Amino acid sequence: MIEIEHLTVRFGPSIAVRDVSLTVRDGESFGLVGESGSGKSTLLRSIMNLNRDWDGRIAINGLDAHATPRKRLAREIQMVFQDPYASLHPRYVVGEQIAEPMRINRMADIERRTVELLELIGLGAKFRFRFPHELSGGQRQRVSIARALALEPKILLLDEPTSALDVSIQAEILNLLNRLRGELGLTFVIVSHDLAVISYMCDRLAVMRNAELVETLTREALRARDIRSDYTRALVAAS
Amino acid sequence: MSVVSDPIEDPRRALRAARLGEFRVFVRRFLRNPLGVVGFAIVVLLVLVAIFAPLLATHDPYLPSLGKRLSAPSAEFWFGADELGRDIYSRLVYGSRLTLFIVGLVIVTSAPIGLIIGAVSGTVGGWTDRIFMRITDVFLAVPKLLLALAFVAALGPGIVNAALAITLTAWPPYARLARAEAMVVRNSDYVAAARLAGASPFRIIVFHVIPMCLSSVIVRVTFDMAGIILTAAGLGFIGLGAQPPLPEWGAMISTGRRFIFDQWWVPTIPGIAIFVVSLGFNLLGDAVRDLLDPHLRQRR
Amino acid sequence: MSSLVDIDNLRVSFRQDDGSFTEAVRGVSLSLGREKLGIVGESGSGKSLTGRALLGVLPPYARMSVERMSFDGLDLTSATPRVRRALRGGRMGMILQDPKFSLNPVMQVGRQIVEAIRIGDRRISGAAARKRALAMLEAVQIREPERVFGLYPHELSGGMGQRVMIAMMLVREPDLLVADEPTSALDVTVRTQVLSILDELVTRRGMGLILISHDLNLVSRFCDRVLVMYAGHVVEDLQASHLHQATHPYTRGLLACLPSIDGPLTPLPTLNRDAGWAAS
Repeated sequence: MIEIEHLTVRFGPSIAVRDVSLTVRDGESFGLVGESGSGKSTLLRSIMNLNRDWDGRIAINGLDAHATPRKRLAREIQMVFQDPYASLHPRYVVGEQIAEPMRINRMADIERRTVELLELIGLGAKFRFRFPHELSGGQRQRVSIARALALEPKILLLDEPTSALDVSIQAEILNLLNRLRGELGLTFVIVSHDLAVISYMCDRLAVMRNAELVETLTREALRARDIRSDYTRALVAAS
Repeated sequence: MSVVSDPIEDPRRALRAARLGEFRVFVRRFLRNPLGVVGFAIVVLLVLVAIFAPLLATHDPYLPSLGKRLSAPSAEFWFGADELGRDIYSRLVYGSRLTLFIVGLVIVTSAPIGLIIGAVSGTVGGWTDRIFMRITDVFLAVPKLLLALAFVAALGPGIVNAALAITLTAWPPYARLARAEAMVVRNSDYVAAARLAGASPFRIIVFHVIPMCLSSVIVRVTFDMAGIILTAAGLGFIGLGAQPPLPEWGAMISTGRRFIFDQWWVPTIPGIAIFVVSLGFNLLGDAVRDLLDPHLRQRR
Repeated sequence: MSSLVDIDNLRVSFRQDDGSFTEAVRGVSLSLGREKLGIVGESGSGKSLTGRALLGVLPPYARMSVERMSFDGLDLTSATPRVRRALRGGRMGMILQDPKFSLNPVMQVGRQIVEAIRIGDRRISGAAARKRALAMLEAVQIREPERVFGLYPHELSGGMGQRVMIAMMLVREPDLLVADEPTSALDVTVRTQVLSILDELVTRRGMGLILISHDLNLVSRFCDRVLVMYAGHVVEDLQASHLHQATHPYTRGLLACLPSIDGPLTPLPTLNRDAGWAAS
């Protein structure tokens, strides 16, 4: 469960996120929609403490995001990045990259777990010793997901997980994510500019614009066009 | 025992095959650059000469024979004899060892220092960065040869001291280079992923940042080898590098320069050797940059 | 009606590290009138290369062969680089996905547009060219053209940069515009705007437009005709309004695997690629 209260993020004079409060419930899939510069990715990175300059309160499964050591949080929450071409280290084989978080946290049975994770995300053990440049974008994104799952987190943040991929690959990744959520009982927070993807993937969603939260609504409300703000309506019309 | 292939072992073989294949591609691309091959050949030749110096030399490089001083090139003295009657060819052959020794010593000391300082500075940022970079600036602000001169003068002349002095002047560019790469890498998603997994700054620098800085530094090192040879020869020439009777090429030119008008071969032959070897390193450096430089590579 | 562009059996290949060549475009033929043609395909389908080959801006390491390639009756295969350059400056234009790479970073965008105008019309006065540039910026829905005129490319947002690019291409009044993913870097609300600007200008000036995109829905809404490319081949050529009656399994698969706001929540159908598609 993620609780965000009055989160404000400043980059110098400009405000990237202004007084946002929201709650992501256990086990749900929560969507953040908005256009570029709306602050949705900044919000995600603040939850992960990738930028530490924010005011407000963020609690992840009851743990304060500022005060809790990184290694403790790492087992609760992990993140998958947008660009599969930039999120894997180009010099290490896939198996190494999946094993890295487990090595950092001195887990047992790393070899076996790596193979299991590769099977889980549908690539199989034969990919263990491949370099990222030998893989397609979709395969790389699968590896990123496996790496994020290595520490068995309960929450997964996904920053535009499919926007760099072809549509047919997007379908495969979305199906994979839904399957993983069912099998592992994960909570998702998905950031996307694509309302169709959010509507397909998420139970609830928040719309962001110009650093502010415009509205929060359920999938049912979205589909019934039970929408309060004009901006959300414009987004729906444009999709 | 049955001959079922181990599912873990198999992909390892695939990895080896992939690495081998990549190496082949690398070699093929290298061979496409004829000047690079020439440079590589010169460097290999230098190494071979250094290894087999005792077999290749026709005379003892240190044994004077005053009766034959300043002999012209002939069947006995292929490149002539110097002012003490020592065979210039044999001295050149043994001198290649000194050249390689200096180059090697400078590289193994300066490249790691520069790499580590640059990677730490670029990754950590803040005050660490400012302090390290100002130190680097101080070293960069003084002309290279002058700095080396001052150090040798303080440490006392000699071949190891000369190499150390060159190291002191050689590391700052590596630090700058590694810092620039590190500043890009530290903001990359794969470093963010490592941080999210709880990796310590030390781990990030050693396992994530430094491997990405390596290729730029290697390219720069190959280029710098020519410069190191020239600086070493320069120090030898003014008497602060290798001391007599060591057959260091710069020192050979220095002692032979009195004879340049009458016995031209005495200073000229080592001069040609220095020229050829530094050219070889330069050509090799060029080719290596074409292959490894991450910026050029993307544009290919 | 004679067509504006005719391409017959276009092939583009790249040299691999081991010296062999791989074909990225394998025998594409197309003809274009004064209409809006969409080329759709996934990455690696050869759609962008087809557009680049037509404009003569393939990367230097690519090898091209074509039986016939003509532009408004002019044979492009025998045209000199000089002629092709002149064509690109005037009668053919290209809009790329990322305006960052197409605008000169050290020149105000307004001056770049003025320069484009003056290349086309050498006798135009500075003031008149400036006026036309401002009018064009207004035409692409830029709110404060005077202010944007004096900005440098890095000061523009993605959507604004793309509109400036479009303005720069359109002041030359080209007969053919090739737009390679012109809107995929833009937000959805801006996207519709940019497309409608393009649409209006294309219709009013009667130019030919080739829109290259990975987005089937967008292309079918916007274009008259759609070519679907797969692995260097054109697998389907149909009227945009008939897209949903597509027969090729690849086109059908692409359409099916898109989620939609009101779509079912069952797993998305995925594409089973048939080796035969690439060979056809």
